[in-house]
Amino acid sequence: MLKITDLHVHYGGIHALKGVSLSVEEGQIVSLIGANGAGKSTCLNTISSLVPASSGQIIFMENDITKSAPHSIVKSRLIQVPEGRKVFPQMSVAENLEMGAYVRTDKREVKADRERVLNMFPRLRERERQLAGTLSGGEQQMLAIARGIMAKPRILLLDEPSMGLAPILVQEIFSIIREINAQGTTILLVEQNAHMALSIANYGYVLETGRVVLEGPATELAANDEIRSAYLGA
Amino acid sequence: MLPVLGFTLLGVTIVLIVLLFKFKVQLTLHTAGQIAYTPLMFILAVLALNYLLVGLEADRIYFLQQTVYGISLGSVYALIALGYTMVYGIVRLINFAHGEIYMLGAYAGFFAVTSMGLHFVLALIFAMAAAALAGVLVERIAYKPLRNAPRLAVLITAIGMSLLLQNVGQKVFGSIPRSFPRQFDGLYQIGGINLDQSRIIIFLITFLLMLALQYFVNYTKPGRAMRAVSQDRDAAQLMGINVERTISSTFAIGSMLAGAAGILVAIVFPQIRPTMGLMPGLKAFVAAVIGGIGIIPGAVIGGLLLGVSENLVTAYLSSSWRDAIAFGMLIVILLVKPSGILGRNVREKV
Repeated sequence: MLKITDLHVHYGGIHALKGVSLSVEEGQIVSLIGANGAGKSTCLNTISSLVPASSGQIIFMENDITKSAPHSIVKSRLIQVPEGRKVFPQMSVAENLEMGAYVRTDKREVKADRERVLNMFPRLRERERQLAGTLSGGEQQMLAIARGIMAKPRILLLDEPSMGLAPILVQEIFSIIREINAQGTTILLVEQNAHMALSIANYGYVLETGRVVLEGPATELAANDEIRSAYLGA
Repeated sequence: MLPVLGFTLLGVTIVLIVLLFKFKVQLTLHTAGQIAYTPLMFILAVLALNYLLVGLEADRIYFLQQTVYGISLGSVYALIALGYTMVYGIVRLINFAHGEIYMLGAYAGFFAVTSMGLHFVLALIFAMAAAALAGVLVERIAYKPLRNAPRLAVLITAIGMSLLLQNVGQKVFGSIPRSFPRQFDGLYQIGGINLDQSRIIIFLITFLLMLALQYFVNYTKPGRAMRAVSQDRDAAQLMGINVERTISSTFAIGSMLAGAAGILVAIVFPQIRPTMGLMPGLKAFVAAVIGGIGIIPGAVIGGLLLGVSENLVTAYLSSSWRDAIAFGMLIVILLVKPSGILGRNVREKV
């Protein structure tokens, strides 16, 4: 569904990605793990075209999107939920959800999706009229994911959804990710929390200073000794 | 009796203002909020002052007369200031060529009325369209290539663009002032105050344009996109918003308002010249900063405040203090509350 070949990115004078190749099959959850600064976010931002690729190729649904504009990538329903939430702070929760459906024209279905999303996140329903900037970190993360779903994604790229959240919230967010996937959305998940990320994924990639150093089925990676000592603290 | 009425009205005004601030859902950053309310609030405050003055047996007619003039001047400042503030909200640029767009609007209106013999309303629409086109062209030619350049480079370009348009204007239109044909002669008297038709029209059109802007920014898709881009450009792109197109439409709408201001001013002060944009442009910029740059209702509050203060200073002190008060207010606001009247202390994003 999504296939990246030999992707190089120069970002702020740094060679941030040095030939990354990865692929995501339809219906899967794929996790991209690695330490801070390994290039995980750069990878997602390059897929979304917020950061230009120096060389390499990104294919989504048989189309080369390497040089597409960010907004046309969104139209092909490749949706990113960015790191640090990035909700619109001066808009209400309801308006943020509407922004998620910005490119959609099927008004009736948007309305149905809105209900579905609000059922998924009852806390957002309570705060529908509140400004997004006044929500707690966990609520903002939920809103960011909810806003992503409103775009009716074929594939959802999630950037560090657990960052800065209390353990109980992390559990909740991950079970929601699983639920979204079960409803048919493919997921590419970037995480520092390797343990959680591998526990829900089908397949995993380990990124280290801009290179994929290891890949394999998530269960194998979770059992790998190197991974265990480097990322799982065991 | 009258002072009591005055105090009551003043009280009501203050309550209304407090309410507005309380529901700053709409009022704070980057939303159009209650733009159209602010002129009403102003009138209420003026009425309140009026009754107070009557109670104090001051020359209230003179005061009111000057205030009315101030409000119509102020609404023109407000229209221009809206363009500054909207553009700043989107691209963080003070578009110093904005005053020249206002000048071009006045000339477009002039030619529409004289050469084409159009009705005033059509001339207004023509001036707005011409100004919008000019604004978008300036953005495309001068600012777009510098999208990722340091902000200072773009600022200098904007000043250069302003000088260029002034001089091209002198070359093309001639440096001799032209006189805009008189459009409205009506004169009304309400409670001893002279209200000429042209000033009423300025006020009405400004009010309508602000209502339209409020609707546009809050309830239409491009308006929402505009707010989204101003709040978080990357996130806006991830929603599928075409940022370049949003920037263009922001320039178009801001310029449209400046174009309207150009022709509206010309019906009261019929002398138009290629350098006419300089002072009002600067004053409107001051108004935008006073209200809080990037905040749409702030531009309206700043514009009205500036217009009224200027007129009152002219009336009670001397006209040579006019510009001093405007820029004095700028200095005071920068010292006391640099983020402007409606501004909050927002962290500067790196």
